[in-house]
Amino acid sequence: MPENSAGTLAAPAKPAKQKPGGTLYRGREGMWSWVLHRITGVAIFFFLLVHILDTALVRVSPEAYNAVIGTYQTPIMGLGEVALVGAIVFHAFNGIRIILVDLWAWATRHQKLLFYIVIALWVVTMLGFAPRHLMNVFSH
Amino acid sequence: MSVIEAPRSQARPARKRGLNLEKWGWIYMRASGVVLLVLIFGHLFVNLLVGEGVKAIDFGFVGGKWADPFWQWWDVAMLWLALIHGANGMRTIVNDYTNPGTAQKVLKGALFLAATVLIVLGTLVVFTFDPCPAGSPADLLPSFCPAV
Ligand code: HEM
Repeated sequence: MPENSAGTLAAPAKPAKQKPGGTLYRGREGMWSWVLHRITGVAIFFFLLVHILDTALVRVSPEAYNAVIGTYQTPIMGLGEVALVGAIVFHAFNGIRIILVDLWAWATRHQKLLFYIVIALWVVTMLGFAPRHLMNVFSH
Repeated sequence: MSVIEAPRSQARPARKRGLNLEKWGWIYMRASGVVLLVLIFGHLFVNLLVGEGVKAIDFGFVGGKWADPFWQWWDVAMLWLALIHGANGMRTIVNDYTNPGTAQKVLKGALFLAATVLIVLGTLVVFTFDPCPAGSPADLLPSFCPAV
């Protein structure tokens, strides 16, 4: 795929009329950061609904709360928590990227670079989080 | 082939006078996002990284945190900001993938209902919570509860 497929296929004599090139999805960093932001946003939202309900069990009884929170401490859920934190950390860092791109001309021009910075910060944060969390989950 | 509208073309023109709610929604997503980053990272750090992390979470842990108004307000702020941010973000997604009509109204109504109910429930839980409920075994309760 050429860098910029729109307009390079056949040099038009007069300015080409705007027409959809079969799809609105243009690929590359801009699209993927948007796709990931959307998917992680939805995932976090549904987790939040559940998480408020399970925490509300403290108002029922200590036994009820402990029984449900205990399921968060199993190995399978421990892996799920790594995925969840990964989603939140991406959404948070990329959210800052969106804000910068919206408000600051330099960031608008360098949105691709900023996407790779988001990925790098995500890797660093997850290297800080995942080993320690998994040690907590898989020990004792 | 049916022509897809260009990105960002509006379903209906923005209001010229009065309150532009879409604009304020746009601002809210960004303002709440910045605050949520701090609140959520702090939440994850204290609950998952300090000490034994997730393994240490139980009724006593929650009771200990909410004995302090600082954590009560931290969690309530997170509750309101995240639910409104999340529900409004979901509304954007519903707008993107559905046409105006009954289904769209039902989906948005469900989002509104879920956010409202959970905000009320969560706020009540944080502020009416009793860390030392009568008749519960002492080993399940925070250490500051009076022995009975
Ligand atoms: C951790 C800090 C967070 C930051 C910095 C952040 C930032 C953002 C930003 C800037 C947007 C884009 C809004 C727009 O395009 O107008 C957004 C969208 C969204 N956020 Fe967040 N957010 C955070 C946390 C959350 C949480 C906790 C949830 C779930 C409850 C959530 C769910 C969503 C959803 C569903 C969208 C819509 C995505 C879309 O339109 O594709 N976000 N967020």
